[in-house]
Amino acid sequence: MKKPLRSRARQQRSLSVRLDAWLGHHRDSALLTLQRLSKAPLAAAMTVAAMAVALLLPASLYVLTDNLKALGGYWEGSAAISVFLQPGIEETTAADLATQWQARSDITRAQVVSRAQGLKEFREYSGLGVALDQLTENPLPVVIAVNPAPQIISETQLTHLITGLEQITEVDFTRLDTEWARRLQALVKLLERALWLLSLALAAGVLLVVGNTIRLEIENQRDEIEVMHLVGATTGFIRRPFLYSGAWYGLLSGVAAWAMVWLAVVLMQIPADRLAESYQSVFHVRALGPLASVLLIGGGAALGILGSWIAVEHHLGTMRARR
Amino acid sequence: MIRFERVWKRFPERGDALKDLSFELASGEMAFLTGHSGAGKSTLLRLIGLMERPSRGQVLVNRMNLSDLPPRKIPHHRRQLGMIFQDHHLLPNRTVFENVALPLVVAGMTRKEIGKRVRAALDQVGLLRFERALPITLSGGEKQRVGIARAVVARPPVILADEPTGNLDPELSREIFALFERFHDVGVTLLIATHNIDIIERMPYRVMRLHDGRLEADSGGW
Ligand SMILES: Nc1ncnc2c1ncn2[C@@H]1O[C@H](COP(=O)(O)OP(=O)(O)O)[C@@H](O)[C@H]1O
Ligand SMILES: [Mg+2]
Repeated sequence: MKKPLRSRARQQRSLSVRLDAWLGHHRDSALLTLQRLSKAPLAAAMTVAAMAVALLLPASLYVLTDNLKALGGYWEGSAAISVFLQPGIEETTAADLATQWQARSDITRAQVVSRAQGLKEFREYSGLGVALDQLTENPLPVVIAVNPAPQIISETQLTHLITGLEQITEVDFTRLDTEWARRLQALVKLLERALWLLSLALAAGVLLVVGNTIRLEIENQRDEIEVMHLVGATTGFIRRPFLYSGAWYGLLSGVAAWAMVWLAVVLMQIPADRLAESYQSVFHVRALGPLASVLLIGGGAALGILGSWIAVEHHLGTMRARR
Repeated sequence: MIRFERVWKRFPERGDALKDLSFELASGEMAFLTGHSGAGKSTLLRLIGLMERPSRGQVLVNRMNLSDLPPRKIPHHRRQLGMIFQDHHLLPNRTVFENVALPLVVAGMTRKEIGKRVRAALDQVGLLRFERALPITLSGGEKQRVGIARAVVARPPVILADEPTGNLDPELSREIFALFERFHDVGVTLLIATHNIDIIERMPYRVMRLHDGRLEADSGGW
Protein backbone atom coordinates (compact mmCIF):
# COMPACT_ATOMS: atom_id res chain seq x y z
CA MET A 1 0.00 0.00 0.00
CA LYS A 2 1.17 3.45 -0.84
CA LYS A 3 2.04 5.39 2.27
CA PRO A 4 -0.26 8.37 2.57
CA LEU A 5 1.46 11.63 1.82
CA ARG A 6 -0.01 13.23 4.86
CA SER A 7 1.66 11.07 7.47
CA ARG A 8 5.00 11.35 5.74
CA ALA A 9 4.64 15.11 5.69
CA ARG A 10 3.73 15.07 9.34
CA GLN A 11 6.88 13.23 10.30
CA GLN A 12 8.97 15.85 8.61
CA ARG A 13 7.35 18.68 10.46
CA SER A 14 9.56 19.81 13.25
CA LEU A 15 8.33 20.59 16.69
CA SER A 16 8.82 24.30 16.16
CA VAL A 17 6.55 24.30 13.13
CA ARG A 18 3.84 22.58 15.12
CA LEU A 19 4.30 24.95 18.02
CA ASP A 20 4.01 27.79 15.55
CA ALA A 21 0.72 26.43 14.27
CA TRP A 22 -0.54 25.88 17.79
CA LEU A 23 0.32 29.41 18.85
CA GLY A 24 -1.25 30.63 15.64
CA HIS A 25 -4.51 28.96 16.54
CA HIS A 26 -4.41 30.49 19.99
CA ARG A 27 -3.91 33.92 18.52
CA ASP A 28 -6.65 33.36 15.95
CA SER A 29 -9.04 32.14 18.64
CA ALA A 30 -8.30 35.14 20.85
CA LEU A 31 -8.81 37.62 18.03
CA LEU A 32 -11.82 35.88 16.54
CA THR A 33 -13.67 35.75 19.85
CA LEU A 34 -12.87 39.38 20.59
CA GLN A 35 -14.21 40.25 17.15
CA ARG A 36 -17.40 38.34 17.87
CA LEU A 37 -17.87 40.23 21.14
CA SER A 38 -17.45 43.55 19.38
CA LYS A 39 -20.00 42.53 16.74
CA ALA A 40 -22.71 42.12 19.39
CA PRO A 41 -21.62 44.83 21.84
CA LEU A 42 -24.94 45.12 23.65
CA ALA A 43 -25.22 41.42 24.45
CA ALA A 44 -21.58 41.33 25.47
CA ALA A 45 -22.02 44.41 27.66
CA MET A 46 -24.98 42.81 29.45
CA THR A 47 -22.98 39.72 30.27
CA VAL A 48 -19.97 41.76 31.34
CA ALA A 49 -22.16 44.03 33.49
CA ALA A 50 -23.81 41.09 35.27
CA MET A 51 -20.43 39.52 35.95
CA ALA A 52 -18.93 42.84 37.01
CA VAL A 53 -21.66 43.43 39.57
CA ALA A 54 -21.05 39.97 41.01
CA LEU A 55 -17.32 40.76 41.25
CA LEU A 56 -17.96 44.27 42.56
CA LEU A 57 -19.73 43.14 45.74
CA PRO A 58 -16.86 41.15 47.27
CA ALA A 59 -14.34 43.68 45.96
CA SER A 60 -16.09 46.57 47.68
CA LEU A 61 -16.53 44.59 50.87
CA TYR A 62 -12.81 43.94 50.75
CA VAL A 63 -12.09 47.63 50.35
CA LEU A 64 -14.43 48.40 53.24
CA THR A 65 -12.73 45.98 55.65
CA ASP A 66 -9.33 47.11 54.47
CA ASN A 67 -10.23 50.70 55.27
CA LEU A 68 -11.75 49.80 58.63
CA LYS A 69 -8.50 48.05 59.51
CA ALA A 70 -6.51 51.07 58.46
CA LEU A 71 -8.88 53.28 60.42
CA GLY A 72 -8.39 51.06 63.47
CA GLY A 73 -4.64 51.51 63.29
CA TYR A 74 -5.07 55.20 62.73
CA TRP A 75 -7.28 55.63 65.77
CA GLU A 76 -5.10 53.42 67.89
CA GLY A 77 -2.22 55.77 67.25
CA SER A 78 -4.27 58.66 68.61
CA ALA A 79 -5.70 56.64 71.49
CA ALA A 80 -5.78 58.27 74.83
CA ILE A 81 -3.85 56.84 77.78
CA SER A 82 -5.15 57.69 81.22
CA VAL A 83 -2.19 57.89 83.58
CA PHE A 84 -3.30 57.59 87.24
CA LEU A 85 -0.85 59.21 89.65
CA GLN A 86 -0.02 57.89 93.11
CA PRO A 87 -2.52 58.95 95.78
CA GLY A 88 -1.34 62.06 97.50
CA ILE A 89 0.37 63.59 94.48
CA GLU A 90 -0.82 67.12 94.20
CA GLU A 91 -2.16 68.81 91.12
CA THR A 92 0.76 71.24 90.94
CA THR A 93 3.23 68.34 90.71
CA ALA A 94 1.00 66.80 88.11
CA ALA A 95 1.06 70.00 86.08
CA ASP A 96 4.88 69.95 86.09
CA LEU A 97 4.88 66.34 84.93
CA ALA A 98 2.43 67.13 82.18
CA THR A 99 4.58 69.94 80.86
CA GLN A 100 7.63 67.63 80.90
CA TRP A 101 5.81 64.90 79.05
CA GLN A 102 4.36 67.21 76.48
CA ALA A 103 7.91 68.06 75.47
CA ARG A 104 8.65 64.42 74.67
CA SER A 105 8.72 63.38 71.05
CA ASP A 106 6.48 60.32 71.56
CA ILE A 107 3.70 62.36 73.16
CA THR A 108 1.56 64.96 71.46
CA ARG A 109 -0.47 66.14 74.35
CA ALA A 110 -0.53 65.63 78.12
CA GLN A 111 -3.29 67.24 80.11
CA VAL A 112 -4.01 67.17 83.81
CA VAL A 113 -7.50 66.07 84.78
CA SER A 114 -8.04 67.61 88.23
CA ARG A 115 -9.50 65.48 90.98
CA ALA A 116 -12.63 67.61 91.11
CA GLN A 117 -13.12 67.32 87.35
CA GLY A 118 -12.45 63.58 87.57
CA LEU A 119 -15.08 63.15 90.24
CA LYS A 120 -17.59 65.15 88.22
CA GLU A 121 -17.01 62.99 85.16
CA PHE A 122 -17.11 59.84 87.24
CA ARG A 123 -20.43 60.87 88.76
CA GLU A 124 -21.92 61.46 85.34
CA TYR A 125 -20.64 58.17 83.95
CA SER A 126 -21.34 55.92 86.91
CA GLY A 127 -24.74 57.18 87.92
CA LEU A 128 -23.62 56.89 91.54
CA GLY A 129 -24.26 60.60 92.08
CA VAL A 130 -26.05 60.50 95.45
CA ALA A 131 -23.80 57.80 96.87
CA LEU A 132 -20.74 59.80 95.94
CA ASP A 133 -22.14 62.85 97.67
CA GLN A 134 -21.87 60.88 100.92
CA LEU A 135 -18.09 60.96 100.61
CA THR A 136 -16.43 63.60 102.71
CA GLU A 137 -13.22 63.40 100.75
CA ASN A 138 -12.51 63.05 97.04
CA PRO A 139 -11.06 59.51 96.68
CA LEU A 140 -9.86 59.93 93.16
CA PRO A 141 -6.19 60.37 92.26
CA VAL A 142 -5.00 62.99 89.83
CA VAL A 143 -5.02 61.76 86.24
CA ILE A 144 -2.99 62.91 83.25
CA ALA A 145 -4.59 62.23 79.87
CA VAL A 146 -1.83 61.44 77.37
CA ASN A 147 -2.17 61.37 73.58
CA PRO A 148 0.66 59.48 71.90
CA ALA A 149 2.42 61.10 68.96
CA PRO A 150 1.06 60.16 65.50
CA GLN A 151 4.14 58.09 64.68
CA ILE A 152 3.27 55.73 67.53
CA ILE A 153 1.28 53.30 65.40
CA SER A 154 2.14 49.76 66.27
CA GLU A 155 1.08 47.83 69.32
CA THR A 156 4.70 47.39 70.48
CA GLN A 157 5.46 51.09 70.21
CA LEU A 158 2.40 51.82 72.28
CA THR A 159 3.30 49.21 74.90
CA HIS A 160 6.78 50.62 75.05
CA LEU A 161 5.44 54.08 75.73
CA ILE A 162 3.06 52.80 78.41
CA THR A 163 5.63 50.73 80.32
CA GLY A 164 7.94 53.73 80.23
CA LEU A 165 5.26 55.87 81.82
CA GLU A 166 4.49 53.27 84.47
CA GLN A 167 8.11 53.26 85.62
CA ILE A 168 7.92 56.91 86.63
CA THR A 169 7.69 57.12 90.46
CA GLU A 170 4.70 59.42 90.59
CA VAL A 171 2.69 57.09 88.36
CA ASP A 172 0.45 54.50 89.99
CA PHE A 173 -1.01 52.76 86.93
CA THR A 174 -2.25 53.50 83.40
CA ARG A 175 -5.26 52.56 81.40
CA LEU A 176 -5.48 52.44 77.64
CA ASP A 177 -8.92 52.98 76.29
CA THR A 178 -9.15 50.09 73.84
CA GLU A 179 -12.76 49.02 74.08
CA TRP A 180 -13.68 50.61 70.78
CA ALA A 181 -10.59 49.07 69.15
CA ARG A 182 -11.63 45.58 70.22
CA ARG A 183 -15.10 46.17 68.90
CA LEU A 184 -13.72 47.38 65.61
CA GLN A 185 -11.49 44.34 65.39
CA ALA A 186 -14.44 42.03 66.01
CA LEU A 187 -16.38 43.82 63.30
CA VAL A 188 -13.50 43.49 60.86
CA LYS A 189 -13.25 39.76 61.62
CA LEU A 190 -16.95 39.35 60.99
CA LEU A 191 -16.74 41.27 57.74
CA GLU A 192 -13.77 39.21 56.63
CA ARG A 193 -15.70 35.99 57.16
CA ALA A 194 -18.68 37.45 55.31
CA LEU A 195 -16.28 38.41 52.55
CA TRP A 196 -15.24 34.80 52.07
CA LEU A 197 -18.77 33.47 51.99
CA LEU A 198 -19.93 36.25 49.72
CA SER A 199 -16.98 35.67 47.40
CA LEU A 200 -17.78 31.99 47.08
CA ALA A 201 -21.46 32.62 46.41
CA LEU A 202 -20.75 35.34 43.87
CA ALA A 203 -18.01 33.33 42.17
CA ALA A 204 -20.67 30.69 41.60
CA GLY A 205 -22.86 33.47 40.19
CA VAL A 206 -20.11 34.55 37.81
CA LEU A 207 -19.71 30.94 36.65
CA LEU A 208 -23.44 30.69 35.97
CA VAL A 209 -23.56 33.93 33.99
CA VAL A 210 -20.57 33.13 31.81
CA GLY A 211 -21.65 29.49 31.49
CA ASN A 212 -25.05 30.54 30.22
CA THR A 213 -23.58 32.99 27.73
CA ILE A 214 -21.18 30.34 26.43
CA ARG A 215 -24.05 27.86 26.21
CA LEU A 216 -25.83 30.26 23.87
CA GLU A 217 -22.67 30.66 21.81
CA ILE A 218 -22.40 26.89 21.52
CA GLU A 219 -26.03 26.62 20.43
CA ASN A 220 -25.42 29.26 17.79
CA GLN A 221 -22.41 27.42 16.47
CA ARG A 222 -23.92 23.96 16.58
CA ASP A 223 -23.48 23.38 12.83
CA GLU A 224 -19.95 24.67 12.87
CA ILE A 225 -19.02 22.40 15.76
CA GLU A 226 -20.60 19.45 13.96
CA VAL A 227 -18.51 20.11 10.85
CA MET A 228 -15.38 20.58 12.94
CA HIS A 229 -15.97 17.17 14.49
CA LEU A 230 -16.42 15.63 11.06
CA VAL A 231 -13.16 16.97 9.69
CA GLY A 232 -11.24 15.62 12.69
CA ALA A 233 -11.09 18.44 15.22
CA THR A 234 -10.23 17.38 18.74
CA THR A 235 -12.40 18.46 21.64
CA GLY A 236 -9.55 20.68 22.79
CA PHE A 237 -9.53 22.47 19.46
CA ILE A 238 -13.28 23.03 19.51
CA ARG A 239 -13.18 24.13 23.13
CA ARG A 240 -10.40 26.68 22.67
CA PRO A 241 -12.33 29.61 21.18
CA PHE A 242 -15.03 29.25 23.82
CA LEU A 243 -12.41 29.38 26.55
CA TYR A 244 -11.06 32.57 25.02
CA SER A 245 -14.56 33.96 24.88
CA GLY A 246 -14.99 33.21 28.59
CA ALA A 247 -11.60 34.71 29.34
CA TRP A 248 -12.56 37.95 27.59
CA TYR A 249 -15.84 38.21 29.47
CA GLY A 250 -14.03 37.55 32.75
CA LEU A 251 -11.22 39.97 32.02
CA LEU A 252 -13.55 42.77 30.93
CA SER A 253 -15.82 42.31 33.93
CA GLY A 254 -12.79 42.26 36.26
CA VAL A 255 -11.60 45.55 34.81
CA ALA A 256 -15.10 47.03 35.03
CA ALA A 257 -15.43 46.00 38.69
CA TRP A 258 -11.99 47.41 39.41
CA ALA A 259 -12.93 50.73 37.81
CA MET A 260 -16.16 50.91 39.81
CA VAL A 261 -14.30 50.29 43.07
CA TRP A 262 -11.81 52.97 42.14
CA LEU A 263 -14.62 55.42 41.45
CA ALA A 264 -16.28 54.60 44.77
CA VAL A 265 -13.00 55.23 46.60
CA VAL A 266 -12.56 58.57 44.89
CA LEU A 267 -16.09 59.56 45.83
CA MET A 268 -15.61 58.42 49.43
CA GLN A 269 -12.49 60.50 49.88
CA ILE A 270 -14.56 63.68 50.01
CA PRO A 271 -16.62 62.83 53.13
CA ALA A 272 -13.55 61.15 54.63
CA ASP A 273 -11.63 64.39 54.28
CA ARG A 274 -14.42 66.30 55.98
CA LEU A 275 -14.60 63.80 58.80
CA ALA A 276 -10.84 63.70 59.36
CA GLU A 277 -10.72 67.47 59.28
CA SER A 278 -12.98 67.65 62.32
CA TYR A 279 -10.36 65.58 64.16
CA GLN A 280 -7.60 67.82 62.78
CA SER A 281 -6.06 64.94 60.90
CA VAL A 282 -5.85 63.28 57.48
CA PHE A 283 -7.24 59.94 56.41
CA HIS A 284 -6.65 58.54 52.93
CA VAL A 285 -9.32 56.12 51.77
CA ARG A 286 -7.45 53.06 50.52
CA ALA A 287 -8.20 51.74 47.03
CA LEU A 288 -7.44 48.19 45.89
CA GLY A 289 -3.73 47.46 46.23
CA PRO A 290 -1.71 46.01 43.34
CA LEU A 291 -2.10 42.44 44.59
CA ALA A 292 -5.84 42.79 45.18
CA SER A 293 -6.23 44.40 41.74
CA VAL A 294 -4.42 41.53 40.05
CA LEU A 295 -6.51 39.09 42.06
CA LEU A 296 -9.76 40.78 41.04
CA ILE A 297 -8.98 41.04 37.33
CA GLY A 298 -7.12 37.74 37.12
CA GLY A 299 -9.79 36.04 39.21
CA GLY A 300 -12.44 37.38 36.85
CA ALA A 301 -10.60 35.97 33.86
CA ALA A 302 -10.03 32.63 35.62
CA LEU A 303 -13.72 32.38 36.51
CA GLY A 304 -14.61 33.21 32.91
CA ILE A 305 -12.40 30.40 31.64
CA LEU A 306 -13.66 27.94 34.24
CA GLY A 307 -17.32 28.75 33.60
CA SER A 308 -16.89 28.38 29.89
CA TRP A 309 -14.97 25.12 30.33
CA ILE A 310 -17.84 23.68 32.35
CA ALA A 311 -20.37 24.86 29.75
CA VAL A 312 -18.38 23.40 26.86
CA GLU A 313 -17.89 20.05 28.57
CA HIS A 314 -21.55 19.81 29.37
CA HIS A 315 -22.97 20.92 26.03
CA LEU A 316 -20.51 19.20 23.73
CA GLY A 317 -21.25 16.06 25.71
CA THR A 318 -25.00 16.37 25.16
CA MET A 319 -24.42 17.20 21.49
CA ARG A 320 -22.40 14.02 21.03
CA ALA A 321 -25.01 11.99 22.84
CA ARG A 322 -27.79 13.37 20.65
CA ARG A 323 -25.99 12.76 17.39
CA MET B 1 -8.22 -0.93 3.32
CA ILE B 2 -11.80 -1.09 4.55
CA ARG B 3 -13.16 -4.36 5.87
CA PHE B 4 -16.57 -5.18 7.34
CA GLU B 5 -16.88 -8.47 9.24
CA ARG B 6 -20.45 -9.59 9.94
CA VAL B 7 -21.55 -6.11 10.88
CA TRP B 8 -24.99 -5.46 12.29
CA LYS B 9 -26.35 -2.04 13.13
CA ARG B 10 -29.54 -1.77 15.09
CA PHE B 11 -31.30 1.47 15.94
CA PRO B 12 -33.49 0.78 18.97
CA GLU B 13 -36.42 2.70 17.50
CA ARG B 14 -36.05 1.54 13.85
CA GLY B 15 -34.70 -1.99 13.98
CA ASP B 16 -31.75 -3.34 11.99
CA ALA B 17 -30.33 -0.85 9.50
CA LEU B 18 -27.48 -3.19 8.51
CA LYS B 19 -27.71 -6.95 8.66
CA ASP B 20 -24.73 -9.27 8.75
CA LEU B 21 -22.69 -7.18 6.38
CA SER B 22 -19.26 -8.42 5.22
CA PHE B 23 -17.08 -7.04 2.47
CA GLU B 24 -13.59 -5.80 1.83
CA LEU B 25 -12.44 -2.83 -0.17
CA ALA B 26 -8.84 -3.04 -1.31
CA SER B 27 -6.46 -0.14 -1.03
CA GLY B 28 -6.75 2.05 -4.10
CA GLU B 29 -10.08 0.53 -5.09
CA MET B 30 -13.02 2.65 -6.23
CA ALA B 31 -16.50 1.29 -5.50
CA PHE B 32 -20.10 2.46 -5.65
CA LEU B 33 -22.73 1.77 -3.05
CA THR B 34 -26.32 1.69 -4.29
CA GLY B 35 -29.72 0.72 -2.97
CA HIS B 36 -33.14 2.19 -2.27
CA SER B 37 -33.57 5.03 0.14
CA GLY B 38 -33.33 3.65 3.66
CA ALA B 39 -31.26 0.65 2.50
CA GLY B 40 -28.47 1.55 4.90
CA LYS B 41 -25.91 3.32 2.68
CA SER B 42 -25.40 6.31 4.94
CA THR B 43 -25.26 4.12 8.01
CA LEU B 44 -22.51 2.03 6.41
CA LEU B 45 -20.45 5.13 5.64
CA ARG B 46 -21.07 6.55 9.10
CA LEU B 47 -19.69 3.38 10.65
CA ILE B 48 -16.43 3.92 8.79
CA GLY B 49 -16.21 7.54 9.97
CA LEU B 50 -17.12 6.46 13.50
CA MET B 51 -20.17 8.66 13.62
CA GLU B 52 -21.88 5.39 14.55
CA ARG B 53 -20.66 2.22 16.23
CA PRO B 54 -21.72 -1.25 15.05
CA SER B 55 -24.10 -3.24 17.25
CA ARG B 56 -22.26 -6.43 16.33
CA GLY B 57 -19.27 -7.33 14.18
CA GLN B 58 -16.09 -5.49 13.31
CA VAL B 59 -15.13 -2.61 11.05
CA LEU B 60 -11.45 -2.39 10.12
CA VAL B 61 -9.80 0.55 8.40
CA ASN B 62 -6.22 0.15 7.30
CA ARG B 63 -6.03 -3.07 9.41
CA MET B 64 -7.07 -1.09 12.48
CA ASN B 65 -10.09 -2.47 14.31
CA LEU B 66 -12.28 0.53 15.00
CA SER B 67 -13.78 -1.04 18.13
CA ASP B 68 -10.30 -0.80 19.67
CA LEU B 69 -10.12 2.92 18.97
CA PRO B 70 -10.61 5.03 22.11
CA PRO B 71 -12.88 8.10 21.71
CA ARG B 72 -10.01 10.54 21.98
CA LYS B 73 -8.39 8.98 18.88
CA ILE B 74 -11.49 9.50 16.75
CA PRO B 75 -10.35 12.92 15.47
CA HIS B 76 -7.10 11.41 14.20
CA HIS B 77 -8.99 8.58 12.57
CA ARG B 78 -11.26 11.05 10.76
CA ARG B 79 -8.27 12.92 9.38
CA GLN B 80 -7.45 9.76 7.42
CA LEU B 81 -10.84 10.04 5.71
CA GLY B 82 -12.17 12.62 3.32
CA MET B 83 -15.92 12.77 3.80
CA ILE B 84 -18.32 14.28 1.28
CA PHE B 85 -22.01 14.78 2.02
CA GLN B 86 -25.08 15.36 -0.11
CA ASP B 87 -25.82 18.61 1.70
CA HIS B 88 -22.09 19.43 1.62
CA HIS B 89 -21.97 20.71 5.25
CA LEU B 90 -20.20 23.97 4.36
CA LEU B 91 -19.97 26.74 6.93
CA PRO B 92 -22.10 29.60 5.57
CA ASN B 93 -20.21 32.40 7.31
CA ARG B 94 -16.76 31.32 6.13
CA THR B 95 -15.24 31.87 2.73
CA VAL B 96 -14.58 29.05 0.29
CA PHE B 97 -10.91 29.22 1.23
CA GLU B 98 -11.64 28.96 4.95
CA ASN B 99 -14.05 26.08 4.43
CA VAL B 100 -11.53 24.10 2.45
CA ALA B 101 -8.76 24.94 4.93
CA LEU B 102 -10.71 23.57 7.90
CA PRO B 103 -9.25 20.02 7.94
CA LEU B 104 -5.74 21.48 7.80
CA VAL B 105 -6.43 24.03 10.52
CA VAL B 106 -7.76 21.38 12.89
CA ALA B 107 -4.75 19.20 12.08
CA GLY B 108 -2.50 22.02 13.28
CA MET B 109 -0.83 23.20 10.08
CA THR B 110 0.77 26.59 9.67
CA ARG B 111 -0.78 29.27 7.50
CA LYS B 112 1.90 28.93 4.88
CA GLU B 113 1.36 25.22 4.37
CA ILE B 114 -2.39 25.72 4.44
CA GLY B 115 -2.37 28.40 1.74
CA LYS B 116 -0.48 26.20 -0.70
CA ARG B 117 -2.58 23.10 -0.11
CA VAL B 118 -5.92 24.88 -0.21
CA ARG B 119 -5.10 26.52 -3.53
CA ALA B 120 -3.94 23.21 -4.94
CA ALA B 121 -7.20 21.55 -3.87
CA LEU B 122 -9.34 24.39 -5.22
CA ASP B 123 -7.40 24.22 -8.46
CA GLN B 124 -8.15 20.49 -8.74
CA VAL B 125 -11.88 21.11 -8.56
CA GLY B 126 -11.62 24.19 -10.78
CA LEU B 127 -12.74 26.74 -8.23
CA LEU B 128 -9.59 28.71 -7.58
CA ARG B 129 -11.28 31.95 -8.60
CA PHE B 130 -13.94 31.54 -5.89
CA GLU B 131 -11.42 31.49 -3.06
CA ARG B 132 -12.91 34.53 -1.34
CA ALA B 133 -16.57 33.83 -2.11
CA LEU B 134 -19.09 32.81 0.52
CA PRO B 135 -20.79 29.45 -0.12
CA ILE B 136 -24.21 31.09 -0.48
CA THR B 137 -23.07 32.81 -3.67
CA LEU B 138 -22.21 29.48 -5.33
CA SER B 139 -24.36 27.12 -7.39
CA GLY B 140 -25.18 23.59 -6.19
CA GLY B 141 -22.47 21.99 -8.29
CA GLU B 142 -19.90 24.53 -7.16
CA LYS B 143 -20.79 23.98 -3.50
CA GLN B 144 -20.41 20.27 -3.97
CA ARG B 145 -16.98 20.80 -5.50
CA VAL B 146 -15.98 22.96 -2.54
CA GLY B 147 -17.02 20.04 -0.34
CA ILE B 148 -14.85 17.74 -2.44
CA ALA B 149 -11.90 20.12 -2.22
CA ARG B 150 -12.29 20.12 1.57
CA ALA B 151 -12.38 16.31 1.59
CA VAL B 152 -9.18 15.95 -0.41
CA VAL B 153 -7.18 18.92 0.84
CA ALA B 154 -5.44 16.92 3.56
CA ARG B 155 -4.71 14.18 0.98
CA PRO B 156 -6.42 11.40 2.90
CA PRO B 157 -5.92 7.82 1.69
CA VAL B 158 -9.68 7.19 1.79
CA ILE B 159 -12.59 9.21 0.44
CA LEU B 160 -16.18 8.49 1.45
CA ALA B 161 -18.99 10.22 -0.41
CA ASP B 162 -22.66 10.03 0.56
CA GLU B 163 -24.83 10.80 -2.48
CA PRO B 164 -22.54 13.61 -3.63
CA THR B 165 -24.57 14.19 -6.79
CA GLY B 166 -27.98 13.84 -5.20
CA ASN B 167 -29.00 17.41 -6.03
CA LEU B 168 -27.17 17.79 -9.32
CA ASP B 169 -28.23 17.38 -12.95
CA PRO B 170 -26.66 14.56 -15.03
CA GLU B 171 -24.12 16.84 -16.68
CA LEU B 172 -22.74 18.14 -13.36
CA SER B 173 -22.92 14.65 -11.88
CA ARG B 174 -20.73 13.30 -14.65
CA GLU B 175 -18.19 16.03 -13.90
CA ILE B 176 -18.13 15.05 -10.24
CA PHE B 177 -17.61 11.38 -11.07
CA ALA B 178 -14.80 12.32 -13.45
CA LEU B 179 -13.21 14.16 -10.54
CA PHE B 180 -13.45 11.03 -8.38
CA GLU B 181 -11.75 9.03 -11.13
CA ARG B 182 -8.83 11.43 -11.00
CA PHE B 183 -8.38 10.70 -7.29
CA HIS B 184 -8.67 7.00 -8.05
CA ASP B 185 -5.87 7.42 -10.61
CA VAL B 186 -3.50 8.66 -7.91
CA GLY B 187 -4.20 5.72 -5.62
CA VAL B 188 -6.94 6.97 -3.28
CA THR B 189 -9.48 4.44 -2.01
CA LEU B 190 -13.04 5.64 -2.74
CA LEU B 191 -16.45 4.46 -1.57
CA ILE B 192 -19.33 6.43 -3.09
CA ALA B 193 -22.99 6.00 -2.19
CA THR B 194 -25.14 7.07 -5.16
CA HIS B 195 -28.43 6.80 -7.01
CA ASN B 196 -26.94 7.69 -10.39
CA ILE B 197 -27.32 4.18 -11.84
CA ASP B 198 -27.08 5.38 -15.47
CA ILE B 199 -23.70 6.96 -14.92
CA ILE B 200 -22.07 4.29 -12.79
CA GLU B 201 -23.22 1.47 -15.10
CA ARG B 202 -21.07 2.98 -17.79
CA MET B 203 -18.04 3.07 -15.51
CA PRO B 204 -15.78 0.05 -14.95
CA TYR B 205 -15.95 0.01 -11.16
CA ARG B 206 -17.27 -2.29 -8.48
CA VAL B 207 -20.89 -1.78 -7.49
CA MET B 208 -22.32 -2.98 -4.16
CA ARG B 209 -26.09 -2.99 -3.82
CA LEU B 210 -27.77 -2.85 -0.44
CA HIS B 211 -31.36 -3.91 0.12
CA ASP B 212 -32.94 -3.48 3.54
CA GLY B 213 -29.55 -3.54 5.20
CA ARG B 214 -28.26 -6.63 3.39
CA LEU B 215 -25.61 -6.75 0.69
CA GLU B 216 -27.78 -7.99 -2.16
CA ALA B 217 -25.31 -7.80 -5.01
CA ASP B 218 -21.60 -7.12 -5.29
CA SER B 219 -19.83 -6.97 -8.59
CA GLY B 220 -16.37 -7.36 -7.09
CA GLY B 221 -14.44 -8.35 -4.00
CA TRP B 222 -15.38 -11.60 -2.25
N1 LIG C 1 -29.73 7.89 13.79
C1 LIG C 1 -30.70 7.04 13.45
N2 LIG C 1 -31.63 6.70 14.33
C2 LIG C 1 -32.60 5.83 14.00
N3 LIG C 1 -32.72 5.25 12.82
C3 LIG C 1 -31.81 5.54 11.88
C4 LIG C 1 -30.75 6.46 12.14
N4 LIG C 1 -29.99 6.55 11.03
C5 LIG C 1 -30.56 5.74 10.12
N5 LIG C 1 -31.64 5.13 10.62
C6 LIG C 1 -32.49 4.15 9.94
O1 LIG C 1 -31.66 3.19 9.34
C7 LIG C 1 -32.13 2.84 8.06
C8 LIG C 1 -31.04 3.08 7.04
O2 LIG C 1 -30.86 4.46 6.90
P1 LIG C 1 -29.73 5.11 5.98
O3 LIG C 1 -28.45 4.45 6.28
O4 LIG C 1 -29.79 6.57 6.14
O5 LIG C 1 -30.23 4.71 4.54
P2 LIG C 1 -29.82 5.30 3.12
O6 LIG C 1 -28.65 6.20 3.32
O7 LIG C 1 -29.48 4.11 2.31
O8 LIG C 1 -31.00 6.02 2.60
C9 LIG C 1 -33.38 3.65 7.84
O9 LIG C 1 -34.49 2.83 8.15
C10 LIG C 1 -33.25 4.78 8.79
O10 LIG C 1 -34.52 5.21 9.22
MG1 LIG D 1 -28.45 8.23 2.98
